[in-house]
Amino acid sequence: MSPILEISDLSVVYRTSAGDVRAVEHVSLELNPGEVVGLCGESGSGKSTLAYGATRLLRTPALVTSGSVRYGGRRLTGGGDPVDLLAMTHHELRAVRWREIAIVFQSAMNALNPVLRVQEQLLDAINAHLKLPRREAHEKAAELLDLVGIPRNRLRSYPHELSGGMRQRVMIAMALAADPEVVIMDEPTTALDVVVQRDILAQIVELKERLGFAVLFITHDLSLLLELADRIAVMYAGRLMETGGSQDLIRDPAHPYTRGLLNSFPSIRGPRRELTGIPGSPPDLRDPAPGCPFAPRCSFAVPACGAVDMTLEPWDAAPGAVHRVPSTAHLTACPIVTPKVSQEGVLS
Amino acid sequence: MTEPIINGVPASSSLPSGVPVSDAPAAPAVNADAEQVGEPAVVESVAAARGPLALEAVGLGRDFKLGRGQVLHAARNVSFGLYRGAVVALVGESGSGKSTVAKLLAGQERPTHGSVRLEGKPVDVGSSRRFRQYKRQVQYVFQDPFSSLNPTHTVGYHLARPVKLHQPGVKDVKAAVIDLLELVRLTPAAQFVGKFPYELSGGQRQRVSFARALAAKPAVLLADEPVSMLDVSIRLEMLGLLNDLRSRLSLALLYITHDIASARYFADEVLVMYGGQIVERGPAEDVTQRPAHPYTQLLIASAPDPDDLGSVLKSANVGAGGGAARAGNVGPAAAGCPFSNRCPLAIDKCKQENPALQLLTPNRAAACWRLDVAASSLTDSVV
Repeated sequence: MSPILEISDLSVVYRTSAGDVRAVEHVSLELNPGEVVGLCGESGSGKSTLAYGATRLLRTPALVTSGSVRYGGRRLTGGGDPVDLLAMTHHELRAVRWREIAIVFQSAMNALNPVLRVQEQLLDAINAHLKLPRREAHEKAAELLDLVGIPRNRLRSYPHELSGGMRQRVMIAMALAADPEVVIMDEPTTALDVVVQRDILAQIVELKERLGFAVLFITHDLSLLLELADRIAVMYAGRLMETGGSQDLIRDPAHPYTRGLLNSFPSIRGPRRELTGIPGSPPDLRDPAPGCPFAPRCSFAVPACGAVDMTLEPWDAAPGAVHRVPSTAHLTACPIVTPKVSQEGVLS
Repeated sequence: MTEPIINGVPASSSLPSGVPVSDAPAAPAVNADAEQVGEPAVVESVAAARGPLALEAVGLGRDFKLGRGQVLHAARNVSFGLYRGAVVALVGESGSGKSTVAKLLAGQERPTHGSVRLEGKPVDVGSSRRFRQYKRQVQYVFQDPFSSLNPTHTVGYHLARPVKLHQPGVKDVKAAVIDLLELVRLTPAAQFVGKFPYELSGGQRQRVSFARALAAKPAVLLADEPVSMLDVSIRLEMLGLLNDLRSRLSLALLYITHDIASARYFADEVLVMYGGQIVERGPAEDVTQRPAHPYTQLLIASAPDPDDLGSVLKSANVGAGGGAARAGNVGPAAAGCPFSNRCPLAIDKCKQENPALQLLTPNRAAACWRLDVAASSLTDSVV
């Protein structure tokens, strides 16, 4: 199966008077049709920049300095070769946005216009991207609310008349207006309570099963992805640290950063574990030190970390081995911590 | 745990019976809901083992008039104590009333029922001088470190002000500010004095907020979602810092959160709020491992479980109407248990009568008519 979205070697910088902030550095990530990929990282790790850079939603001072983003949706390519979003004209991009790739933005709680009714905002999206007669457009708006389980009479509501969870559902409905192939969700549940959050996540999974779109789910909360994602990519300081199937990554985390993240959130069930968290704070991306950016916070750091080239290698491979691997493999950017080292009991 | 009792524990005379105090505005006639049914239980707080009682909520309530005669009970008959050196967690969803309780304790809101007592004496914040004296003892940490610091002032200014205000005897304010920064582990402290909030990360800003609250040398710290705006990876560090401050300064700490898992690790006692009421309370480990109230059970079932992937989403009821029952948390007052319209165990009685807290063990209580079903393992031993 060829990926529907293939980000290769993408780099994004923010031009500032104090120098370039290297927000995303040589990141490659694939999204397969119908798949949920979780992109996880702290604030400032570059996860949102990666998503917006890949979809051409950044503007100056942000600058894409390398890479390609190939989109292979059938409707657009007619089964031909994937197209590079970064090489498209603005006119061509209009055909991609919403119909092919839709986004549920961060702080969706505030992304709705407070002075327009839900109906007007849904129609806005529908009319901009689908050429439907008036009556059909109205029917489509009502169907979208059906889709996310909101009663149709809420079309006449203003955003303030809806609960946080309902507003979030409206945002999701809006993203699905033109039946996209890829939906990017940027922290869609961050401001919600756990119970509502659970409902929204379940709804996303259910809609994905029904409509068959692929999801790139961005969050700082790895625990959400345990439930939701098929694969997880862990990002730190603009780099991918580890990618792998959710189960593999959770049960056998390879990178020390991922291990730290997994040891950061308290569990509600089972015995009380000793929690360690990750001491320290992320590096300054204006002047990154060579090698692994996590080394200053890493308890396994050795002098060789300064020479690590941050390419993703199979977790079960010997250090230094290079092979072509399928995108589903469990990869890590840390050549220092290997399964062998782990087994010898050097690592906990 | 030898004599768990269900129902009908005699209330001690010193404790409130939930009767509105005389200065409360008269409830409009349309307000059909009744007071909680049953004697409120006297719970021995596990937090009391840590130190003496500092701040106490006694039958605390706050009503808001909605117009057309409707009343919203943002907080209702809330009673608990904060003890020196102990952490009490107040857990609930948005709109459950937990911030209202914190504001009542902080003196920012006036209760319409009940009272707040500081070291046994009723709190009076009637004048600005008295309010300032009260704030010297009871300090508040806000949720959002991105908006609670003034962007035009330095860290040093934020900390020097409360030192001058609350500790007029201090000669060397600069040294006091450095001490505060070191207390919250913002080191090297001298480097942070001249920084502006925008130069700090979220975690560093929240440390400044802690330091600002501690500048008054308070006995009680009310922390309203102190880590929910921070990244998962640094939450633990911040809770560790709070825990360290609690033990070093013997603070009585109220930890407000919607994350019951963090309460398990951090708190001595957990109070679960729903619809403005405490629906369950007890030792943190007991409440989280053997929840008695159906709402607590739902809350815990909603937390992702690393050992059983997918379980939470499988159990969620999705689709049309999945979110329909959501609005029931806080709204205009209705009769019965506030959770009854979402509760899988609700019977007619639940919709008509509002249950009071009932003792499960001497230090645990829950407010539910269906405890025999919801927490059969806890209640079996009664018979």
